[in-house]
Amino acid sequence: MSLKSIYELYQAMERDHTMLSFKGVVTPDLLSSVLQIMESKLNHVEKSNKTKKKVYNVLVECLQNLYHHNENIQEEDGINFLFSKSALLMISKNEGNYEVKTGNYILKENSEDLKVKLDDINALNKEELRVLYKSVLNEGEMSEKGTAGLGMIDIARKSGNKLEYSFLPVDKKYDFFCLNVKIN
Amino acid sequence: MGNLNMEGSPKTPTINFDESTGVLEVKGRSIPENSVEFYKPLNEWVEAYGKSPKAETIFDVKLEYFNTSSSKCILDLFKLLESLNGNGTEVKVNWYFEEDDEDMEEAGEDYQAIISLPFKMIEVEEI
Repeated sequence: MSLKSIYELYQAMERDHTMLSFKGVVTPDLLSSVLQIMESKLNHVEKSNKTKKKVYNVLVECLQNLYHHNENIQEEDGINFLFSKSALLMISKNEGNYEVKTGNYILKENSEDLKVKLDDINALNKEELRVLYKSVLNEGEMSEKGTAGLGMIDIARKSGNKLEYSFLPVDKKYDFFCLNVKIN
Repeated sequence: MGNLNMEGSPKTPTINFDESTGVLEVKGRSIPENSVEFYKPLNEWVEAYGKSPKAETIFDVKLEYFNTSSSKCILDLFKLLESLNGNGTEVKVNWYFEEDDEDMEEAGEDYQAIISLPFKMIEVEEI
């Protein structure tokens, strides 16, 4: 990376009104630190308790998705090894709207299921999302990882907007999953 | 068996389950990565308590936030309490939520719809 690109990166983040940005391995400690930093930032910039809680909630679920679901890239070639378990998280605030963006590797075989799930969620309105949440809560089984299958539904409910996403092909085995959550 | 007291942390709520009064309180935020592990001792305590419960059991839920994996564990705890209800104890739930926190109020209503226990929704200024 050239020295000039440091400034370019800074400008790009300034333009996007970035509050916090992180790229790396998501561990429980990192999760705690990010939440602590964001909580204190939100206390400074956001007057509405309601909004504060929504942003915090979306952040918790996004971070825990990254923690539980990021694929450990096992390729032996040196470059990919460096990317192992690494994910991207960015939080920005622009004219009252918050955006939480995440990026992580996903096995191609899981991309389709997630895409169907996200499309299903995006097709529902507020009340329908509540009904879906309740039924998954009551009938769904906890996975071995301790996840309940409720994260994306909850993110959509708290966001109040459609979930923007895309799956970028990386190689034969992996896609890079990009998610943008807007919170009014 | 004794009381179950656990101090809260940035990711886990304060737990005060009192055997002598039958008041079970969960207070704070519940956002651990591994909720199953955190809630296991709570379920175990309630199961043991169910063997000789107080005539009245009060479950005070005073949560500021909880993550989706906790929401499943909280439901399991409710189901356990539901099974005790009428078996030597009357179980009542007090669901606290902060002013204007519709999300938390709705969450309480959703549990109320799933669980057949009497719920009281209590709005407070701050939890």
